[in-house]
Amino acid sequence: MDPDSMAFIFLQAFLINNLVLALFLGLCPFVGVSAKLETAFPMGLAVVCVMLVASLCAFGINILLVYFNIEYLRLICYIAVIASAVQLVEMTIKKFSPKLFRMLGIYLPLITTNCAILGMALFQTFDEYSITQSLAYSLGAGAGFMLALVLMAGLRERLELANVPDACTSAAIAMMLAGMLSMAFMGFAGLGG
Amino acid sequence: MVAPQKQFESPGFDTLKEGIWKDNPVFIMLLGLCPALAVSNTALNSLAMGLASTVVLLGSSLLISMMRNVIPKQVRIASYIIIIATFVTAVDYTIHALSLELYNALGAFIQLIVVNCMILGRCEAYASKNKVSTTMVNATGMGAGFTLALFMIGSIREILGFGTFFDIPLFGPDFQNWAIFILPPGGFIVLSLLLALFAFVEKRRAPAKTEKEGGHGS
Amino acid sequence: MSGENIPETPSLPSSGRLILTLATIAMMSGFVVVFVYQVTLEPIARNHRMALEKAVFTVIPGADTRVNYLLESEGLKRLDDEDIDRANLFAGYDAEGSLIGVAMQASARGYADVIRVLYGYSPERECIIGFTVLQSSETPGLGDKIETDPDFLANFECLDVSLNQEQTGLDNEIRAVRQGTKTEPWQIDGITGATISVEAVARALRESADRMLPILAGHLYELTEPDDISPDRGPYLSDSKVDAGFNPDKE
Repeated sequence: MDPDSMAFIFLQAFLINNLVLALFLGLCPFVGVSAKLETAFPMGLAVVCVMLVASLCAFGINILLVYFNIEYLRLICYIAVIASAVQLVEMTIKKFSPKLFRMLGIYLPLITTNCAILGMALFQTFDEYSITQSLAYSLGAGAGFMLALVLMAGLRERLELANVPDACTSAAIAMMLAGMLSMAFMGFAGLGG
Repeated sequence: MVAPQKQFESPGFDTLKEGIWKDNPVFIMLLGLCPALAVSNTALNSLAMGLASTVVLLGSSLLISMMRNVIPKQVRIASYIIIIATFVTAVDYTIHALSLELYNALGAFIQLIVVNCMILGRCEAYASKNKVSTTMVNATGMGAGFTLALFMIGSIREILGFGTFFDIPLFGPDFQNWAIFILPPGGFIVLSLLLALFAFVEKRRAPAKTEKEGGHGS
Repeated sequence: MSGENIPETPSLPSSGRLILTLATIAMMSGFVVVFVYQVTLEPIARNHRMALEKAVFTVIPGADTRVNYLLESEGLKRLDDEDIDRANLFAGYDAEGSLIGVAMQASARGYADVIRVLYGYSPERECIIGFTVLQSSETPGLGDKIETDPDFLANFECLDVSLNQEQTGLDNEIRAVRQGTKTEPWQIDGITGATISVEAVARALRESADRMLPILAGHLYELTEPDDISPDRGPYLSDSKVDAGFNPDKE
């Protein structure tokens, strides 16, 4: 497959270099929100939305930064843009779906410090993707995050019924699960190569 | 390990200790997990990452604590993020200038310190409400706890995965690398085991807590 | 941050103050960042130069000095020493100032991510004389043997990349073969367990050499004695000089 094609970039971000399971990005919400499927799914959706918006903004801003030759301000600009994008998505959700808004609760503002978003924006810049490639990448990254979150939530719901050692409750066992998922995702590495 | 800090009055001493053990950002509060796993495949990388995060935490805590009465509540998060991002950019360029090898090993994760929830969490929960001196003690404790946690993960992964410690071979030439530990799953698994260990020790200690607070190693 | 202005907050400060605070902080941060950037600019550039220089000297054994060039289909352009980021070709010279080889970058998709390599090409011997991995994230213990395996690296003592008669491409395509089955000088002896990584290396070298070497062949004479060609002089001035090691009518 052509490494520059949109399909490949999407696949790459979605499965091969899954943000959560291969690059360890966005672990805080991953651990925090993955206990129940009914919160994991909307959280994943919210991240996908923010990713798309942030990716577009980051692409535009990077053009400006490169034009004025002030790339050293990239980090500050990106984080400010992401914070605004999160609030934009937050306000939109609040307006159109108060139920969803209540469900996501405190996790929405937390997306600001979701490293997955900033990581996505930075990687997209480092790899010098074009605008369509960036979109494919951010969509893949968001979908990959959602996939990991939903898979994890499904597993953890099952785990509720299992009898785990005292010391391994919640966090430790969740990490162990993540490790196994990550191992499974390693199998995607040769995909499309 | 907390002995040299004896000169602090007891609340300061406690805050310091809390950061390292009782409220350890990684093992107890599950904050800042991303860098804790992403770059912790060798002891050196994890130590560098821990120190870089600590520098950012100390710097931004100091500034935010100093300006806590000046910054209006409505724009505090935005202000904090700008301050943190500034420190991170500075650290990023400094590491880049000091060692290209280290910079390449840490990659984009230095810049991602900016979204380390531990730092923003500390700034919001502690530095914005406390005076400079206690904030600094707290930040030092948290930073030390974070560095220690990263260092533990990094050491285990390097020893098992590469058979080395700070690039010094430990097991001789016949050692077969346990490659899974330097791959992503290894990070999760080591963290999981350490979390279980911490939870186990905490549980064991819980009944004895009332008699004696300190006196534990790590 | 219009979202912060929630109406129910009591004693809302004027938006002027909010903007002023944010602007002050942003300005301070701007100053700090610019200051750090200025201070670190020099050491960072030096680090990059040194790292690349080290890689260039690894792939061109015996080289002492290096000159940056930009090789495009329009021609060869000499770059300043600082302009290392734009360069795609590095000429290596020995202590006497004669050309030993050129180093070029190549990349291809490996097992996990893109593998970027630097290889040294000797025009005189028409073969690749050195190889180093600049960037890879191949599986530790398997794919990353392309960086360390001595048998594999021995492939690049002299890997044949002679051009075809028409000077349009390689005479024989670089191919990766199964470990221990190398019979021709243009084949790369593989590593068991790292097939995909080895094939990626072969592909990277094949594509890069096939594209770049024919272009380079027409401009090789410009590289011979770097001190004679000052950066501001046009590239086509030294017609009389033809590199001893390069002869278009060979065979």
